[in-house]
Amino acid sequence: MTDWLSPEEWQAVALSLKVAGWATLLSLPLGLAVAYALARGRFPGKELLNGLVHLPLILPPVVTGYLLLLTFGRRGPVGALLDQWFGFVLAFRWTGAVLAAAVMAFPLMVRAIRLAIEAVDPKLEEAAATLGAPRPWVFATVTLPLILPGILAGAVLAFAKSMGEFGATITFVSNIPGQTQTLPSAIHAFLQVPGAEGSALRLVLVAIAVSMLALLLSEWLARAVARRIGARDA
Amino acid sequence: MLEVRLIQRFDGFDLDIGFQAPAGVTALFGRSGAGKTTIVNAVAGLTRPQGGRIVLDGQVLFDAGAGICVPPHRRQIGYVFQDARLFPHLDVRQNLLYGRRFAPARDDAPGFDRIVDLLGIGGLLKRRPGGLSGGEKQRVALGRAILSNPRMLLMDEPLAALDEARKAEILTYLERLRDEVGLPILYVSHAMAEVARLATTVVLIDSGRVRLAGPAEQILADPAAAPSLGLREAGAVLNARVAAHEEDGLSRLDTPAGPVWVPQVAAEPGHLLRLRILAQDVMLATERPQGISALNVLPGVVTAVKLGEGPGALVQLSVGGVPLLARVTRRSASVLELQPGRTVYAVLKAVSVAREAIGERG
Repeated sequence: MTDWLSPEEWQAVALSLKVAGWATLLSLPLGLAVAYALARGRFPGKELLNGLVHLPLILPPVVTGYLLLLTFGRRGPVGALLDQWFGFVLAFRWTGAVLAAAVMAFPLMVRAIRLAIEAVDPKLEEAAATLGAPRPWVFATVTLPLILPGILAGAVLAFAKSMGEFGATITFVSNIPGQTQTLPSAIHAFLQVPGAEGSALRLVLVAIAVSMLALLLSEWLARAVARRIGARDA
Repeated sequence: MLEVRLIQRFDGFDLDIGFQAPAGVTALFGRSGAGKTTIVNAVAGLTRPQGGRIVLDGQVLFDAGAGICVPPHRRQIGYVFQDARLFPHLDVRQNLLYGRRFAPARDDAPGFDRIVDLLGIGGLLKRRPGGLSGGEKQRVALGRAILSNPRMLLMDEPLAALDEARKAEILTYLERLRDEVGLPILYVSHAMAEVARLATTVVLIDSGRVRLAGPAEQILADPAAAPSLGLREAGAVLNARVAAHEEDGLSRLDTPAGPVWVPQVAAEPGHLLRLRILAQDVMLATERPQGISALNVLPGVVTAVKLGEGPGALVQLSVGGVPLLARVTRRSASVLELQPGRTVYAVLKAVSVAREAIGERG
């Protein structure tokens, strides 16, 4: 596979996989919590939270990227603190690409998990409580197993979205080869250079393959949800 | 002993009830929408009522005034829902054992094998709930609730979603449970046949109020209860013991009201049964009838007469100290001068002692 892609191309693919992997992994716990709050919670500001979560889906990515830069850039309110306290810099680093990808993919992840939670009948959780199970146990043994396929589907979608994120990433962390040049950024860069169409095309094929795989996996997991909740004999 | 006092206001309907459920099966009987499910949900702790107090065996589970509301998982009250609510991702064995982890260890805790055996679900243990029939699901739900080792069991119309054949099947298991496990049960139903068969105590609920409450034998034979029970369903229940199977295909049953003959029952002599005698199947005579085909004629004394709004009247009799109910016309009641204190003969047609209404006890 490494022969097939030039080291430069391979670098972009590897970076994208790393960024998407971390973005998915790190946003999963928060995504689960937010999805649960939106599906089951009753609190003031729920609609606001819902809007906030979905904002990156609607805003032009470049706007999201710019907002990230304003907030998490070295001179941004949060970015400055992170730098001062932990020496942790996001802007123009691969870690910033992770943040950008996570923010952009978050609505997709939350949506998938929220749908799965809403499909779980709260009556089952009530039944578990009457059998003596405290709430956290009910969540771990009834809710979680029933929504697991939904969580996985959400994670796959978020991963695929992260792989393809371009607008917010390039605005927030630019397009530095080996640092922040993810797969879409690399395609974009190759297209600016005369004679590099071959590289661009190879990366396009990789992008198509990864997206397709993710989509198939997510469909398969969605069916598994239905099977599990509809529950036939194994 | 469960003591319940509840106040709950809804739009256009308010619930204000108080009753006690001693050992045995206490039936909460009433029409749909009478507030029965609200009551059991409050006892289970699934809903928090606006006012009242719930005490189980001396432990306060809920007290609006004192701000006490024990969460459902700490109440040790089993609940069998109308829809079985089995966990779809677990197999039958895992469903049955779900409450085990939290069950208080007690010496008299019913064993897994015994309950599985009692409910006839041994062959289902490895299956998922999705593949079970309605009756099988309900049996598993029953087993799951019992195996969580509760102090009492709530059942909210556990048979309502089942067809007649499945109902009969579950009723048999319920009777076995009542008699062999000895758990106090609060049983919600709007089906008189179930109540007559299972209940030891009856609490009659109508539009959010307790109309009548007491031992099943008394309430079911109370003319005042008849409008709430439904006239067709009104009728006394009678505990009986199988005395003998006779050669001509009849069984003789001993009851406090005297011997009663019914077409042969399956139970062996010595077994306890419950008879249900519908008011509309009882005729009254002021003298012992002669030359009559009915086998069962019991002498008694009129204790109460309730004239209906239509042409009918309900007459309560005391036969050997137990109450019976007869439905006659107002005209007959006046012609026969049926008043408290009058001696009468109750004529029960043998066929009126319906076999399906005979429950096994003990």
